[in-house]
Amino acid sequence: MSFLEYAPAPESTALLNLQSEYGLFINGEFVAGSDPTFSTISPATEKHIATIAQASSADVDAAVKAARTAYDTTWSRLSGRDRGKYLFRIARLVQERARELAVAESLDNGKPIKESRDVDVPLVAAWFFYYAGWADKLDHAGVGPNPRALGVAAQVIPWNFPLLMLAWKIAPALAAGNTVVLKPAETTPLTALLFAEIVQQAGLPAGVVNIVTGAGETGRALVNHPDVNKVAFTGSTSVGREIARSLAGTSKKLTLELGGKGANIVFDDAPIDQAIEGIVRGIFFNQGHVCCAGSRLLVQENIHDEVVERLKTRLGTLRVGDPLDKNTDVGAINSAEQLQRIRTLSDIGEAEGAERWSPACDLPENGFWFAPTIFTNVSTSSRIARDEIFGPVLSILSFRTPAEAIAKANNTPYGLSAGIWSDKGSKILAVADKLRAGVIWANTFNQFDPSSPFGGYKESGYGREGGKQGLAAYLAPAAFGSSPTALPVSTSSALEGADK
Amino acid sequence: MTTEQAVRPDSAVTKDHAVSPASRAVEVLGGELTEQSLKRYLAGIPGVDAVGLHARAADLGSRSIKTTSKAWALDRIISLIDLTTLEGADTPGKVRSLVAKGLTPDAGDLSCPRVAAVCVYGDMVPAAVEALGVFHGENVEGGINVAAVATAFPSGRASLAVKLADTADAVAAGADEIDMVIDRGAFLSGRYGQVFDEIVAVKEACRRVDGSYAHLKVILETGELNTYDNVRRASWLAILAGGDFIKTSTGKVAPAATLPVTLLMLEVVRDWHRLTGEKIGVKPAGGIRTSKDAIKYLVTVAETAGEEWLQPHLFRFGASSLLNDVLLQRQKLASGHYSGADYVTID
Amino acid sequence: MSRLAVPKTYKLYIGGKFPRSESGRVYEILDASGGFLANAAQASRKDARDAVVAARNAVSGWSNATGYNRGQVLYRIAELLEGRRAQFIDEIVASEGVSPSVAGSQVDEAIDRWIWYAGWADKYTQVAGNANAVSGPYFNISVPEATGVVAIIAPQDSSLIGFVSAVAPALVAGNTVVVVASQRLPLSAISLAEVLATSDVPGGVVNILTGSPAEIAPWLASHADVNALDLVGASDLDWISLQIAAAETLMRVLPPESGPDAALPSLARITAFTETKTVWHTKSLI
Repeated sequence: MSFLEYAPAPESTALLNLQSEYGLFINGEFVAGSDPTFSTISPATEKHIATIAQASSADVDAAVKAARTAYDTTWSRLSGRDRGKYLFRIARLVQERARELAVAESLDNGKPIKESRDVDVPLVAAWFFYYAGWADKLDHAGVGPNPRALGVAAQVIPWNFPLLMLAWKIAPALAAGNTVVLKPAETTPLTALLFAEIVQQAGLPAGVVNIVTGAGETGRALVNHPDVNKVAFTGSTSVGREIARSLAGTSKKLTLELGGKGANIVFDDAPIDQAIEGIVRGIFFNQGHVCCAGSRLLVQENIHDEVVERLKTRLGTLRVGDPLDKNTDVGAINSAEQLQRIRTLSDIGEAEGAERWSPACDLPENGFWFAPTIFTNVSTSSRIARDEIFGPVLSILSFRTPAEAIAKANNTPYGLSAGIWSDKGSKILAVADKLRAGVIWANTFNQFDPSSPFGGYKESGYGREGGKQGLAAYLAPAAFGSSPTALPVSTSSALEGADK
Repeated sequence: MTTEQAVRPDSAVTKDHAVSPASRAVEVLGGELTEQSLKRYLAGIPGVDAVGLHARAADLGSRSIKTTSKAWALDRIISLIDLTTLEGADTPGKVRSLVAKGLTPDAGDLSCPRVAAVCVYGDMVPAAVEALGVFHGENVEGGINVAAVATAFPSGRASLAVKLADTADAVAAGADEIDMVIDRGAFLSGRYGQVFDEIVAVKEACRRVDGSYAHLKVILETGELNTYDNVRRASWLAILAGGDFIKTSTGKVAPAATLPVTLLMLEVVRDWHRLTGEKIGVKPAGGIRTSKDAIKYLVTVAETAGEEWLQPHLFRFGASSLLNDVLLQRQKLASGHYSGADYVTID
Repeated sequence: MSRLAVPKTYKLYIGGKFPRSESGRVYEILDASGGFLANAAQASRKDARDAVVAARNAVSGWSNATGYNRGQVLYRIAELLEGRRAQFIDEIVASEGVSPSVAGSQVDEAIDRWIWYAGWADKYTQVAGNANAVSGPYFNISVPEATGVVAIIAPQDSSLIGFVSAVAPALVAGNTVVVVASQRLPLSAISLAEVLATSDVPGGVVNILTGSPAEIAPWLASHADVNALDLVGASDLDWISLQIAAAETLMRVLPPESGPDAALPSLARITAFTETKTVWHTKSLI
């Protein structure tokens, strides 16, 4: 027998206690939606998991009203200290139900259990812990003394990290004193609904967190609702653009985390084995469904062949398959639609002359699967070097000098992430200085932390999530008149009023 | 020359020295082998990022090995063990007991495989050879090897002549394998040529009268080399000088074997194989006490160097208490319930 | 017998040079009582395009200068403004019809604001950036840096203070700007251009267009090579359409402000035109 085959090691689903049908979570209760329900399925098997309510614009309105009432009557009157304690409770409940959440996430999303168990869910708890501690320290958030919450936040999140993106949105919003209406992605509503149960268990006042499920129409109704004060969206650049347009002329504060085409730059003095791991983590983590994925590998020409050869060897050990198997490295593609997009772009890559390679791997018959794929001989003008594929597909390009690497890395309308691999600190710092990207990983990739701001340049969006900056995104400076800003502004009083 | 040295005390560093023309090094480095050419070659080896190395090791360590894979792994671990006793208090009686355990790890289950070797101090080799009797040596059906630590183990702080005598003595007494230590002092002060020459000389001392050689395992004592860059260079140095195995530790210095350091050494042997087609063995030693840990090493070997490395001539565990834990796990797999310490023998 | 005065020709300021509008158009600048004061160039979309090109070319040099250096260069402008105080007062008196003492206090305030911003150049990263205590063996730091090219519609009811209050903060972090001056009160802006041209500010860092904001702004708002759009002086324009156009490339947009409080000095006006970059690096002794 082959030891490397490893016998199946499936994570038990016994601890899942799912309802057969989930309503909308409005004002602290699950209620039926007005529009026809839909089914959420496992992308690994295409099997039905649960029936999900679809929120109509009237449902969205009810959710916003609940959030507004909760904001006016309870949440905005609560001390920061008590808001923090609620968030700490939520963090603990997430830890207590961690395994259940991880299993549900892998089932609904298709990501490997080892990622949902070791990355997503622990980070969810960390996010709530981090922002819990901020709730009574808002004076230090960087927007001046006595900052105000914005009010009701409308939050729309994607399907790639369903529960983690929920945490990125809800934790800072609540810490800052806002109430929220959140819409999870159509294909991955499950963990948001389990989170609603956690909200109930934590005893959070009704209406502080509302969750409305549905598709694009529901999201549109939410962000365009006249009574929301803040919109936070994570998803594609095209939808982000649409939201930015629709919010023009309103006073709604907007944060957008959009697409990317991250360059992962490997210099010839890189710690090579770790660089190979970083390349793999950069593009095959979460099936490449990562907006900050290192989807463009830029390799110094003098080590190009060696890197490709080592990478191919390494990819031979990736295990693709059942997301619930503890040894699975690459799980299922989230939806048929996404699979089609990955296939189309990969075919274009081939048609444009790039050389396609995948390791031999048996893909399951049912479900949505795509083998880890690398393209060599990719030119900078190729679609697969420019378009976000959002799948396990790596485009490999080469460069000769640091200046060329920087120029190629920056040659994109996106600007979310980049990686640099070198043992030479001085070069790393200089290259990091010149890269136009919001998150730069040097000798590592795809690391996340609640204290570390995350967000893009250019068409990758604006605003930051995480850290002090992520908190400030949900705050406004103290109300006009409560800080000294009277004219004429002398230089000293201008300093005082620095946060207008 | 003496005058010049007196005037310029650093001349010993700046002056180049020829080193032993070991065949692997000549082939890979080419030309005249010197201290400087060796140094330059080692300096050109890519660096190691410790954080990334640790992350990779942790990832490999999180593989979940179940059912049939686990059964296979447990048996394989036993067959890869260098069952070791390296105590000042060792006696022929203790060694006989160790050998008996190595030959029959589980008296209640004769299907249990034998260990790869017993590993003892040089003066205990005759006792081990005698105790093994007809089962001495890997070339005999069911036979196991005798490995001896040598070269003033564990510190290595003795003259070269003493180290060579130590080695030759053990080989003459019937040792099949020699576990030597490198001169860490020389390595850390940059005298790579000296370390290299010593390994070459010890390898020569492994030569038997019939012209065959005892296998040479080169102990780097990674706990003293301290950095991963040092470990990687020392691994290359040991291979270039002719080592058949590279081994992490004596077991007398903490930290001894760790998963990250073993992963790093496996990457070196993988790269050496890529470069030359030749397969070098790896032996983590010291600190591996549980089946769970040992299985992580198997996974690391299989996913780094390849599954073909999971054989006694390419991978060994230097361990003593590991064996009993594996036996407990084996019994659990067979019976379905947990076993207890009184159901395995102490040696 | 009085000497015949030599009137000044007010031109655009693009890439460190003073071109006329490529369109050849001028428009009349009137004094407070409606009398002819001067002709100003009426910039076209092509002038706006040229200004963006000049601004883009200047980004690298200006944003890569040290904060200390940018601070000194900006302070130098305040020195030069102070030296030309009388000229600015005269122009403000002529175009706004205010008394010389009111004009004087406007110039003084503008100079002081300029100095206030100059002092931020080597400090805003310390106040708006941070070291992040991530849970792992990583060095992690967040630093704000210039977003790139900023297009500004300057406040329309102010000669100098509004212009300075909009332009100075954008320059602090290392952005370069294309600014559309007040249509009615552009003289101070052009005179400021003359100060900039003789200062140490590299050509292209500040580009000044005069003319119709309503005509020029849509081209800037829809220009894919503009990173941010400050609509501070755009309250009389169809600024919602400008914001919609800017959404196409996810331009960073600041909304219109009006009244005497428009563009008050604030750190927020500096950070509005920055991008926070977070850098992770592994950290290990071994």
